[in-house]
Amino acid sequence: MRQSWKMLLRDWRAGELRVLALALTVAVAAITSVAFFADRVGQGLARDAHQLLGADLVMVADQPWPREVAAQIERAGVQRAEAINFISMASGKESSLSGVKGVSENYPLRGRLRIARAPGAPDAPAERGPAPGTVWLEERLVTALGAPVGSRIKLGRAEFEVAAVITLEPERSASFFNIAPRLLMNLADVPSTALVQTGSRVWYYLYAAGPAERIRSLEESVRPKLGRGQRVENLETGRPEIRSAVDRAQRFLGLTALLAAILAGVAVALGARRFVERHLDGCAVMRCFGATQSQLLRLHAAEFLILGLAACAAGCAVGFVAQEAIAATVAEVVQTELPPPRALPAVQGFLVGLVLLLGFALPPLVQLKNVPAVRVMRRESGAPKGGTIVAYAAGLISLSALLVWQAGDLQLGLIVVGGFAAAVAVFFVLAWGILRLATHRRVVSLVANSTLRYGLANLRRHARGNAVQVASLALGLTAVLLLTFTRNDLVEAWRRSAPPDAPNRFLIGVQPEQLEPLQAFFAAHKVAVPDLYPMVRGRLVAVNGAPVSEADYSEERAKRLVEREFNLSYMSELPGHNQVTAGAWFSPTERALSVEQGIANRLGWKLGDELTFAVGSERFSARITSLRKLRWDSMKVNFFVVTAPAVLEGFPVSFISAFRLEPEAQPVITELAERFPNITVIDAAAAVRQAQGVIDQLISAVQFVFLFALAAGLLVLYSALVATEDERRREAAVMRVYGASRAQVTGTQRAEFLAMGAVAGLLATIGAAVIGQLLARRVFELDLPPSAALWIAGPLAGLALLSLNAWLSSRKVLRASPALTLRDSV
Amino acid sequence: MDFSAAAVPGNHRTMKNNNSVLSARGIGKTVKSGANDLVILREIDLAVTRGEAVAVVGASGSGKSTLLAILAGLDTPSRGNVELDGQDLFVMDEDQRARLRAMSVGFVFQSFQLLPALTALENVMLPLELANDDEADAKAKEVLERVGLGERLHHYPKHLSGGEQQRVALARAFVVRPKLLLADEPTGSLDADSGAEVIRLLFEMNREYGTTLVMVTHDESLAARCGRIVRLAAGRIVA
Repeated sequence: MRQSWKMLLRDWRAGELRVLALALTVAVAAITSVAFFADRVGQGLARDAHQLLGADLVMVADQPWPREVAAQIERAGVQRAEAINFISMASGKESSLSGVKGVSENYPLRGRLRIARAPGAPDAPAERGPAPGTVWLEERLVTALGAPVGSRIKLGRAEFEVAAVITLEPERSASFFNIAPRLLMNLADVPSTALVQTGSRVWYYLYAAGPAERIRSLEESVRPKLGRGQRVENLETGRPEIRSAVDRAQRFLGLTALLAAILAGVAVALGARRFVERHLDGCAVMRCFGATQSQLLRLHAAEFLILGLAACAAGCAVGFVAQEAIAATVAEVVQTELPPPRALPAVQGFLVGLVLLLGFALPPLVQLKNVPAVRVMRRESGAPKGGTIVAYAAGLISLSALLVWQAGDLQLGLIVVGGFAAAVAVFFVLAWGILRLATHRRVVSLVANSTLRYGLANLRRHARGNAVQVASLALGLTAVLLLTFTRNDLVEAWRRSAPPDAPNRFLIGVQPEQLEPLQAFFAAHKVAVPDLYPMVRGRLVAVNGAPVSEADYSEERAKRLVEREFNLSYMSELPGHNQVTAGAWFSPTERALSVEQGIANRLGWKLGDELTFAVGSERFSARITSLRKLRWDSMKVNFFVVTAPAVLEGFPVSFISAFRLEPEAQPVITELAERFPNITVIDAAAAVRQAQGVIDQLISAVQFVFLFALAAGLLVLYSALVATEDERRREAAVMRVYGASRAQVTGTQRAEFLAMGAVAGLLATIGAAVIGQLLARRVFELDLPPSAALWIAGPLAGLALLSLNAWLSSRKVLRASPALTLRDSV
Repeated sequence: MDFSAAAVPGNHRTMKNNNSVLSARGIGKTVKSGANDLVILREIDLAVTRGEAVAVVGASGSGKSTLLAILAGLDTPSRGNVELDGQDLFVMDEDQRARLRAMSVGFVFQSFQLLPALTALENVMLPLELANDDEADAKAKEVLERVGLGERLHHYPKHLSGGEQQRVALARAFVVRPKLLLADEPTGSLDADSGAEVIRLLFEMNREYGTTLVMVTHDESLAARCGRIVRLAAGRIVA
């Protein structure tokens, strides 16, 4: 160990280890900063997504909650808030139906209410809910009631002062139940209105927020005791559209971490190879002086282990500082305080770092021990070969396992790891083939310029070594292109999936006979006529003829799905934001159903199953002929169960729609409400704003994380470029000894580099395009249009990079005297 | 790592001639070259006694470097055997030969073979360090003083002249006090003056340390300074 330590210091001093250590440090720094930051963002997102619930856990019931439950929340040591929800008429100058919510003063536990002094005035977060004796109104209600801030309104038997206009209510979701505009009041004032009486339609809410494990155990203890009409919502059960955005962000983050780690592996492998090449002579000398094979292996392994541990520690430290810096930079964007990072990412960083080192540096190191001592007398005895593929494979497999663990996503891990392994192999074969072809004697003989010809001939002579270099370059460049062009395209595609023109109004309860007048109304007001979907409410009664009840399911969400009425729809065409994943879309006359795949999984339905629903006193049955995937974050109208028109036509039906209304068209809605008083218009703009805010925030966080993987990619490029520096320097020296001019030496190298740059750039472009498409389709489920910019920038980047390198390296080569260079290399 | 005598398997010891440090019998070396066998060495017999200085001379391609590599146990012969310090080299495996070399053999090469990342002192310390010698530093300094490089202990090879580099290599060879010193064209890369200086030191130290010397060279005047000259031509000893 002492000798290894000495060797480490000596090699370090000689600069032999710097590239390798840098690769490892950057690798671990990239991995840990990504992991630290992802961990914090992940924790933060999970918590912030809870803001959309207003708490970590929400308990809803149609009867007051027993005192015992409130006491249970207290005992769990978490925060508690309460609310009562009901619909009632309120009156100021005018009267309007309002969705009344009486809240305790500490509501909401997660997220903030935002209020303003007047409609359209700048808003600010509210410290607590409305004070006793006051109410806050949603903007629509201010207008509807003719009740500006400062005026008084009547609610039931009590009178209140309007104290603020609500601009954002965290809990206000796209739920169809928030039909009436919000009136927020103090919970303590509710009894004075005398509106809550036996038989009133009232919802009682209990909110809890606190450390995750306490919330979990609270939820576990509450769930089994739930009675009819009582339910518990958490992030997962409550908000599918937010969940899906968080999932997608975590995939982006996971992908970035994977990329950084794999690139680092390549950089470490290249660095180790260079180290070994430079140490073959030294090891031969040591063998000569009596070092045994196992002694050499032990010495170098220990040397690398010490180096690895130091680099990992440095990497973790850099990663930690970097993530602090990122967190500070994105504080504005994230607009939320990130929780402190946990230790796990550091452990992961160390593990990944050591596996990288062992997996990618050990195989070439093993070669060192096999160096024949006779190399000291006959250099051509060369480097020992073979037996290392197994070692590399072992390293690659253990690294992959670690990465998949870190990404927490098997599919994503396999796609990235497999994709890169395949890319390496394909790149190598293609690079070798193209180089051989482009430098074929017949092609070379067509070149008039002798310098260029010599350069091309050089390429051919080193076809295999150059192919390795081109493949590495292409790999690094692929990563850089993926992280710049493809990433932008993916982010754009993602943004488009929740487009700024997402629907912001929902129409509910449109009667069949109103369809034509309604469409005429929209047309007359020059508002695009929205799609109207028929909706029939039905309860599931049997599957394949066997009666169904909630007792058949153990999972809570499954129970709830079965217990409540389904919103059924029928249509002949598949809506654009739906996608059939199994079976085939039915023909209009079939007695067939199409079911959302998530609910089918949850309830154990398969293609061919016959479902029976009860609509009022009537029943109908149909078979499942297709499964669909829905885009929850599209904010469009989605149905779990859709039937062919033949199945549901004739049942009592109403129509529902989602459409986009620009703010200036608001008067149209006012008029619509007058013309069709039975139609409910829901303003979903706020909910859409909220969801889009979350998505934008996720995108910002992801973009910062990309910078690190980019650094790792650049490092691979650098390692690949310096890999052949020694050899080129020697060749240039020989050329100059034999009288080549500086121009000839640089010209030769330039020709060689440019050809390699063009090939690497082209391969990288193809790689980035293919991997981008795979990721978009298989992982992110997005459509990615081909990018012209990528196809122009990719090859150009390859050329530019190698030109720059040619320039730098020829300066270095020319500065050294040929005699010195040759003597060093003897 | 223990390089004491006990670590070396003693069952190869034949103890035939107490005075012979090195003895080679019937050495032949054949390598494949395309479809043909290329004979490099044929039927070489050579015995070197303690304290002797032997020069192996011959034209390029006569097989002298191959012979040296085989005598050192760096390369294996196709036929024949070599006894070094009474032990049969080629019944041992490569690691056992390496241990034997560590104890008994010093090397000087035409191309110096100093490790570029190490200072002069560290290069000389290396063989001792590999044997876990705690006095590596003091011993290495002493020998470097002896070759006149006491002032250049911390210089790197690239900052030393060719002659100085070869003197570092000499110090490295002698620092383990080898029984046998094998030198392969020690002046081949040097100008006349530096070469003369290196040779002067080589012979002086050879005497002081009581080392047995086998030197490959094509320099007749250098060969003449050795007690015996072995001539190789086309893989055979001709004189």
